[in-house]
Amino acid sequence: MAGPATLPQPDAGGTSRPKTGGGYPALIVRTGPSVADVIDFVRGLPVRARLWLSPQDIRTEGTTPDYRFSLANERTFLAWLRTALALIGGGFAVDQFLLRLHRPVRVTLAVLLLVGGAMCAVRAVNHWVRCERAMRRGEDLPVSRFPTLLALLVAAVALLMVVVAAVGWAG
Amino acid sequence: MSGPVPDRDPGLQPERTRLAWRRTTLAFAVAAVLAGRQAVHQGLSPFGLVAVALCAVALLAFLAIAQARIIGLGSGRPAPLAVRTAVAAAVCVITLAAFGASVLA
Repeated sequence: MAGPATLPQPDAGGTSRPKTGGGYPALIVRTGPSVADVIDFVRGLPVRARLWLSPQDIRTEGTTPDYRFSLANERTFLAWLRTALALIGGGFAVDQFLLRLHRPVRVTLAVLLLVGGAMCAVRAVNHWVRCERAMRRGEDLPVSRFPTLLALLVAAVALLMVVVAAVGWAG
Repeated sequence: MSGPVPDRDPGLQPERTRLAWRRTTLAFAVAAVLAGRQAVHQGLSPFGLVAVALCAVALLAFLAIAQARIIGLGSGRPAPLAVRTAVAAAVCVITLAAFGASVLA
């Protein structure tokens, strides 16, 4: 596997990608998230928190990747932060604008969205650090079940909304 | 890294990253306004005022972080994002969620 220092220079459009490990990794088929995954995630938190809070550790590992890859990683991080902000804003919007909902339902939906947003922000940092470290070490980028979890949460909130609207606003 | 420092990245990567910070700040402002509106709607209790102030502080802190990073992206070959900056940005977002949740109806 070629190290990050020997990556080919991008063309004028900046669209070429590293050809390490024989092109794109194969899509890894996984089943949905399980309780064990959540436990693993929580167990790994202290180790990761140490990584977040001691930034010098990451700089000592491996070699500095091409700055373009770091910037791409940074933009992905920011995209996840915007996703978090959208969920948080959605939580406030549910509470303020869906006044025809019963209060418990409204607050439950809002809290679900707010908690989802906060988790999204935590995950954004965590995934960014893991990607940065993997790039420094020349490893494959980490895979994650979080997008599946988030999709399930959003789908659950949407379904709950449909049910509430059908039952509560029917008559 | 090999090669001379370019004056301009042909892929405009620093530019794109700057704009990503800009639109994230914009998204933060929208969420912060909704959070502030939430607190005002409850009637302006002392607790609500504190919550509004903290949301404003979170917004200003995020603005400062974004601005510092945007300036840092001005060089030809910008340094990677510092872990501290990333954590601080995420903490601002989580603060908004936490203080917003505390003033839910």
